Amino acid sequence: MTHKTILNDSHRALGAKMVDFGGWDMPISYGSQIEEHHAVRRDAGMFDVSHMTVVDLHGARTREFLRHLLANNVDKLKAKGKALYSCMLNEHGGVIDDLIVYYLADDFFRVVVNASTRDKDLAWITKQAGAFDVKVTERPDFAMIAVQGPNARDKVLGLLSEETRAKAAKIGKFVAAEGDGLFIARTGYTGEDGFEIVVPEKDAVALWNKLKDAGVAPAGLGARDTLRLEAGMNLYGQDMDETVSPWEANLGWTIALDEGRDFIGRAALEKQKAGGVKHVMVGLVMDEKGVLRHGQRVVTPLGDGEILSGSFSPTLGKSIAFARVPAGAGEGLQVDIRGKLLPVRIVKYPFVRDGQSQIGA
Amino acid sequence: MQEIPGDLKFMKSHEWARVEDKGTVTVGISDHAQGLLGDLVYVELPGVGDTVKAGNACAVVESVKAASDVYSPVSGEVVAINESLPDKPETINEDAYGDGWLFVVKPDNLAEELDELLDPDAYSELIENEDE
Repeated sequence: MTHKTILNDSHRALGAKMVDFGGWDMPISYGSQIEEHHAVRRDAGMFDVSHMTVVDLHGARTREFLRHLLANNVDKLKAKGKALYSCMLNEHGGVIDDLIVYYLADDFFRVVVNASTRDKDLAWITKQAGAFDVKVTERPDFAMIAVQGPNARDKVLGLLSEETRAKAAKIGKFVAAEGDGLFIARTGYTGEDGFEIVVPEKDAVALWNKLKDAGVAPAGLGARDTLRLEAGMNLYGQDMDETVSPWEANLGWTIALDEGRDFIGRAALEKQKAGGVKHVMVGLVMDEKGVLRHGQRVVTPLGDGEILSGSFSPTLGKSIAFARVPAGAGEGLQVDIRGKLLPVRIVKYPFVRDGQSQIGA
Repeated sequence: MQEIPGDLKFMKSHEWARVEDKGTVTVGISDHAQGLLGDLVYVELPGVGDTVKAGNACAVVESVKAASDVYSPVSGEVVAINESLPDKPETINEDAYGDGWLFVVKPDNLAEELDELLDPDAYSELIENEDE
């Protein structure tokens, strides 16, 4: 069965092209995907991300539970409302999912996980939570709208009550505030400033329409994908999965090997690190014409690798990708596109930051 | 949706063919196809002088989303390609039946191969059924 978000009719009324995304009927674009991409980089765009799964965790030992469940350390969350990006690993150090966790009260944390991994995530979290007496509650009663771009915050703030506006205007990056019945987090998946707003389903259509009237451009999953790739953000299922450790997905920065914390997958991660990580994820740019795509073979002097996320970058006007290649591969890389070997170069990413190219000529 | 010019013939795989006065055949992809693909960002064309065969892949169009083979509607020799497309692939999005043409073939076996193609009405019907 295909799931629909509460905004499904709104998308269709706007003439969106709909596609199946992990069992959800979602807009890939409303017109030109590239124009939607530029709207987010230059002004403000909004995405329906209600397909994502909000899970509330309640219980006196919730923090202790999350110390065990997540590879990043929730003890970094000291102020209420603060958010943390983390991987959730299996015993082998493979990535079950990546997620954002919010600290809301000492006995209440909120987690947002991917749509495509909902069932296995809920099963895993619930299984692990038992030993800590933590109650796991999915919140299908929420919709979620991401408003992103250099002007996104101002446009959202203009729609809030004075009291909520004061709170939301103040929050730093990766912090959430509540008010007007909304949960407003200064997070996103585009590399631009903005908010991700968790809104009760019954109020979601009205909020979407108000944002639209305020000049926020509806943008689909197509633009979301090119924006997050330019911003150097991984996509679960494409850049990492249960067979890949965070070391191999360039997510080492999210692993906290703090002393004495026994999180799931830690032993496997330490063992892998001690033995040397054989494959690493790198950013690629292709200066030739053509488009890097998932699954293409990457030829390196040290052996073959493959393209993970790959796309045309609307901001750069050329193709960019993540690739998993043998550790140590640096120069002389080529990608096999329909039997032709084309040169690509490794670059540090994000490819784009604050709307500007980071890759050099 | 752009109106379909009456002098075009179509493949089920969404290529169009136009027989010109001098007997050559101009080839492109349909407006419907460009709509499905979305913003085009890359075009790979055959070379002038290449031999193409009806029903065989001989060009590639790529949108942000996906790469798609283009099949030649007729057999023959490529006598011209649209040189402006590699730098402006979005021309196909803007004018699929006009400035967005891909290549021109000097056909070997035109009469027989034309019969295999759909007229505009039959093609319209095909894409209407596809949309359902």
